[in-house]
Amino acid sequence: MSSSKQPASTSFKAPDSSRLQLDEQGRLRHFLTTEGLSKDILTDIMDVAESFSSVGNQAVKKVPVLRGKTIVNLFFENSTRTRTTFDLAAKRLSADVINLNIATSATSKGESILDTIRNLEAMHADMFVVRHSASGAAHFIANNVEPHVSVINAGDGSHAHPTQAMLDMFTIRREKKEFSTLKVAIIGDILHSRVARSQIHALNTLGVKEVRVIAPKTLLPSDTDSLGVHVYSDLRTGLDDVDVIIMLRLQRERMGAALLPSEHEYFECFGLTEEKLAYAKPDVTVMHPGPINRGVEMDAAVADGPHSVILQQVTNGIAIRMAVMTLTLGQNKVAG
Amino acid sequence: MNILIENGRVIDPANECDAVLDVYIGDGKIQSIGDKPSGFVAELTIDASNKLVMPGFVDLNASLREPGYEHKATIESETKAAVAAGYTSICCLPDTKPVLDSPSVVQLILDRAESADYAKVLPLGALTVSLEGNTLSEMFALKRAGCVAVSQAPNNHINGQVLRRALQYATTHDLLVILKPEDTVIKDDGCVHDGSVCSKLGLLGIPVSAETIAIAQIIELTEETGARVHLTGISSARAVSLIARAQFNNVTITADVHAHQLHLTELDVGTFDANYHTSPPLRSTEDKDALIAGVAKGVFVVSSGHQPHDAEAKQAPFPSTEPGMSSLETVLPLMLELVDDGLLSLSQMVACLAYAPAQLLGLETGCLSAQAPADICIVDPNDTWQVNADNWLSRGMNTPYLGHQMKGKVTHTLVNGRLIVEK
Repeated sequence: MSSSKQPASTSFKAPDSSRLQLDEQGRLRHFLTTEGLSKDILTDIMDVAESFSSVGNQAVKKVPVLRGKTIVNLFFENSTRTRTTFDLAAKRLSADVINLNIATSATSKGESILDTIRNLEAMHADMFVVRHSASGAAHFIANNVEPHVSVINAGDGSHAHPTQAMLDMFTIRREKKEFSTLKVAIIGDILHSRVARSQIHALNTLGVKEVRVIAPKTLLPSDTDSLGVHVYSDLRTGLDDVDVIIMLRLQRERMGAALLPSEHEYFECFGLTEEKLAYAKPDVTVMHPGPINRGVEMDAAVADGPHSVILQQVTNGIAIRMAVMTLTLGQNKVAG
Repeated sequence: MNILIENGRVIDPANECDAVLDVYIGDGKIQSIGDKPSGFVAELTIDASNKLVMPGFVDLNASLREPGYEHKATIESETKAAVAAGYTSICCLPDTKPVLDSPSVVQLILDRAESADYAKVLPLGALTVSLEGNTLSEMFALKRAGCVAVSQAPNNHINGQVLRRALQYATTHDLLVILKPEDTVIKDDGCVHDGSVCSKLGLLGIPVSAETIAIAQIIELTEETGARVHLTGISSARAVSLIARAQFNNVTITADVHAHQLHLTELDVGTFDANYHTSPPLRSTEDKDALIAGVAKGVFVVSSGHQPHDAEAKQAPFPSTEPGMSSLETVLPLMLELVDDGLLSLSQMVACLAYAPAQLLGLETGCLSAQAPADICIVDPNDTWQVNADNWLSRGMNTPYLGHQMKGKVTHTLVNGRLIVEK
């Protein structure tokens, strides 16, 4: 039979994350997930962040590392905190920054993501910082950008939020110095949390002693064990002897979806109070990616207490994002 | 035209035949196998040495996209792909636009199939109006117009009450009902198997219970109403045992599995590869093995689950992509691989691709009996080919097998005794 008319050969085959994220020299090209990245790369990110951490204290809060580069913050999902820190990070690196809130822009008029990307590439963007409500969105964009464009995942659905995870790792390193002795407990909505998934991969790669997750069964993925964690349903047992507690944000809509009965009961079982904190190590560090629901995830006394490093996390977020932008875009010009 | 297919290995489970024999064709029908009919003069002789001669395959589940979605595929493009892949009859799902719920749409589809003149198209009428699960379709009129069965696939948006009545009504007109077992409430917005890959990728999972609860409901209603029901697109090990048990208890229920479910698992989704976004989802390795065992034991037949798509349908973040695979052209090599692996005999393969589907639709095809329509495919089981855009005939390029080497190639296909494919 003769061959019928066909569109040009199109391969949809997506390469695995590590191949997609690294260039031929094994350097970071995109930053999409912490999964599959080596300990060296994660450590490198933290070391570069360390070198940038003083920039915010200078009189002129700028270094010329990414001068002349154009960074587009492409937010398909609303965010204030994450976008602001990416914005600040890019500006401190002297890049030109464009903030596009797509949630209220082109795609709501029916333009496809690919068309949006093509248009921005035509304007010579060098980097896309992407947030999207669908898992896999950053991978999809990274698979479709031109070779010189880098993509940083600023959160895709329930999949990954690698810069948040790395700022948490950076904060832990600054607090505890050494990862190998640490027991870390992540508490809350693991099922829907891109932050938790990225943290779990990073913590395991950095070689902590144990990662625990503490959550009701409705907020755990079906195969949580495969993520490399120990699962606890009881907060007190789960907190026993831990060095670091990471609280996750609880979204209000979980109650409507019959995943939880009430905020009140959640706080009763999984909320962090000073009394429950006593089960952990005396020098335990308490973290939260923000924004906090006081009285749902944790008591105000804990959030503002001596163990909390929640505001340091925010500060560290800028240095980590500067580091990731520098490593992906300015390979040869790393400061410090 | 009188055609002689000589020296081929004839595999015809209907007549328990697996032997090198000559096949004599005349008047669009099989005249004889083995013995030359008196006075037979071949006008065309096909040398089938070292090849398999089998009844043309009968597919129970394919979306042909016409009318309404011609940007994805047409009846012409997909039936052309079908005959080249050894299929001579294709049941088309009612998910067209307008939905295949009226005699005029049935007629349009049959007209298009006739003018395309490749495979036979057997329309599956919609079980409910617009497939919305509220009002019964005019099943008698659909049957009279040429529908071979009625179906709610590719969705299962129907509540127990409407389904029960639809089964009763279909039975009134002696119509087979084809259902895709999927509890849409449990499925919710899930897009992959609820297992390790969805846990890792943060995708919403579809638990096995979304399938088994629907199957349990359908089995109960089938038994209660005495309907003839066929379940299409089974994906899990637990479903295999539910269906086997029902069949053991003489419930009039049959089922099929898509060929790719016998090869692929959730792990193939890798990192958000949308070509592996299928419905039902690719499940665990244990599920896949149980499905193969189910085919070998005769619990199921095999369908293509053919879902051709345009490129845009797969060009989005994984959960936003449309599910489905363009699969007609890979069914045969995938099944032959199971034969090579010793998991199925050739005879079992032909039974589940041709004979059993034809039987459950009440067709005369699917066998090589004398006076049956000469719907035949001839296959070189050892010829290898690479899947690529040049030899792919379906308009849907959404196959994960692009670039893969396939073993087993159709060399000839006859429909009603006419040679439609010769490669």
